[in-house]
Amino acid sequence: MIQLVPEKCIGCKLCVKACLFGGIAVDGKVPRLTDSCTGCGACVDVCRVEAIIASGEKTGPVCDFAAYKGIWVFAEQHAGKLHSVTLELLGKARELADARSAEVTAVLLGSGIAALDGELFRHGADRVLLTDAPFLANYRTAPYERIVARLICEHKPEVILIGATTTGRDLAPRLANRLRTGLTADCTGLEIGPEGGLLQTRPAFGGNIMATIATPNHRPQMATVRPGVMQARLFENKKGETVRIAVSEEPGDGLVQILKTLAREKSSVSLEKAEVIVSGGRGMGEPKNFKLLENLAGLLSGEVGASRAAVDLGWMPHDHQVGQTGKTVKPRIYIACGISGAVQHLAGMQSSDIIIAINRDPAAPIFQAATFGMVGDALKIIPELISQLNANT
Amino acid sequence: MSTIFQDLVDTLRKSTLHFADTKKLMNTLNIIVTIKQVPDTAEVRIDPKTNSLMREGVPSIINPEDRNALEAALALREAHDGTVTALSMGPPQARDALEEALCMGADLAVLLSDRAFAGADTLITAFTLSRAIMKIAKYDLILCGRQAIDGDTAQVGPQIAGFLDLPQVTYAEGLELKKGGSLIVQRGLEDSNQWVQVKLPALITVTGRINHPRYPNLYNVADSCDDAKIKIWTAKDLQLPQAMLGLGASPTTVKKIFEPDRKMKGEMIPGDERQMAEALITKLKEMHVI
Repeated sequence: MIQLVPEKCIGCKLCVKACLFGGIAVDGKVPRLTDSCTGCGACVDVCRVEAIIASGEKTGPVCDFAAYKGIWVFAEQHAGKLHSVTLELLGKARELADARSAEVTAVLLGSGIAALDGELFRHGADRVLLTDAPFLANYRTAPYERIVARLICEHKPEVILIGATTTGRDLAPRLANRLRTGLTADCTGLEIGPEGGLLQTRPAFGGNIMATIATPNHRPQMATVRPGVMQARLFENKKGETVRIAVSEEPGDGLVQILKTLAREKSSVSLEKAEVIVSGGRGMGEPKNFKLLENLAGLLSGEVGASRAAVDLGWMPHDHQVGQTGKTVKPRIYIACGISGAVQHLAGMQSSDIIIAINRDPAAPIFQAATFGMVGDALKIIPELISQLNANT
Repeated sequence: MSTIFQDLVDTLRKSTLHFADTKKLMNTLNIIVTIKQVPDTAEVRIDPKTNSLMREGVPSIINPEDRNALEAALALREAHDGTVTALSMGPPQARDALEEALCMGADLAVLLSDRAFAGADTLITAFTLSRAIMKIAKYDLILCGRQAIDGDTAQVGPQIAGFLDLPQVTYAEGLELKKGGSLIVQRGLEDSNQWVQVKLPALITVTGRINHPRYPNLYNVADSCDDAKIKIWTAKDLQLPQAMLGLGASPTTVKKIFEPDRKMKGEMIPGDERQMAEALITKLKEMHVI
């Protein structure tokens, strides 16, 4: 139950802004609840002067579960090009939607991006909610949050998936905050549980344990997923419905202004696309030994990766890092040299087709993930591999 | 390092040594920095016998990117005057992290500590912190680390901004205060750098690339032991009922925790270096992958 204490109200209207349902109005300094109030308490959370209090149980947003239907994907695009994670999420969304006998909706915001809907359909979307306006050309938190939150309130999806990119990780927590619902970051597994809820599995504690997280009493259920974790699927000739949503700019949108965006010098490493990756960890001993890995990678037309330990020690730049806080890779061959195999590293490379582990410690966890394991000194085995490969060609 | 530092703080706390506070607090830029005390995950190991997490003896540290946020706050204060308040939520021992923050140069520290706060997920953690920030009331800027190394969620900062209805800028790698109360922030995105201008008050999350945090200053150790500089607030101080706090109020619940799949699926290649290399190359050729 929401109770108002009108004598304390200062008329700041933060509660009106926080309410997604039009459930509270403030006339001058007199607040009143409208028929639309759901008792969710969002207004209580933002009131600074205790003019709104929740008595008894705070109910949370109304959770008439039956009203929430469908799987949504936030379709991230930059300069008119869809982010790969969007297509990967659609593949997962398709699977979840089929399990729930529901539709997949992609929410697409931007400017001049209407033609992207076909690509979204072919990757699994049944419907595209399209808001195409010049002020949405570049991602900014405030307008994107406002528009997506309103769409969610109106359409009530059961699940929302967002890429764990810098954009997605900026937007998703704001949305979950507005909706007062749960959000699970960087999920590596998503499935529908026996009771129909979304089971979200993610690494925690630096990747040393896995946790399965549910959102039992709130809807929508929200999750972010890192690029490269899910598989995109292609449905040739699949069509769908595009719904255009009219939007307009609001004053709060301008609190953050983009001054300029400059492409960083292109990193010469492209681990995500590499067919072969030769990675080194602390066991490489010193930075100069990474030259060996470069030679081996060169022979196999591959790239050089590194563990977090090696990057933290300053042996390799961050854009070479494989793992939970680095890149997620799926090469045909992954060679781990002197990497013990902390779960956070495994999380980034365990879907590789063939994993070759070289480590002095036979008990190193990397061997548990390996297709082929060799106990020994990487600094001796790699030169041997290099010379034999050279002799073979 | 942390242990030695803690010993020193403990020794001084027990002693009667107190210096007068000579720091002049000028109210030009009031900054709140959120600090999380985390286990040093680099030190966490799996027990090979029981396959469970070995937490004993794992040192607690200030979350690395929170340390960057504090450094950014101290640098701004040094350039423009003002105050830096370190805010943390956690068990009583999280006080250690705040003492270290005071040693680095924070003016004040607030610890939210109450059993009622326990088990909060990111939404409710952000809610509780935002209520404390409302109680602190006077702030121009909130600085947070982008993410904590024990959870890596990067959610609490933006969610605090949401509760306080503040503009946010995430992934900050550079900050510059402009006249007229706005901040130019350099953001590090996937393949670009972006510069944005935000009007204060605002909340900024910073990455480890923004600066190199200073070491705790031993001259400040006395400050860090001064009880007047560390406030401890409970749910009652924030006037929040249990129903709005902790595990019970959190939308997400952990259904199960398990060890990642470590099943052996491959084969070990025996022999000396030359034999191993030869056998591996043969196998890869047989599989037509090289």
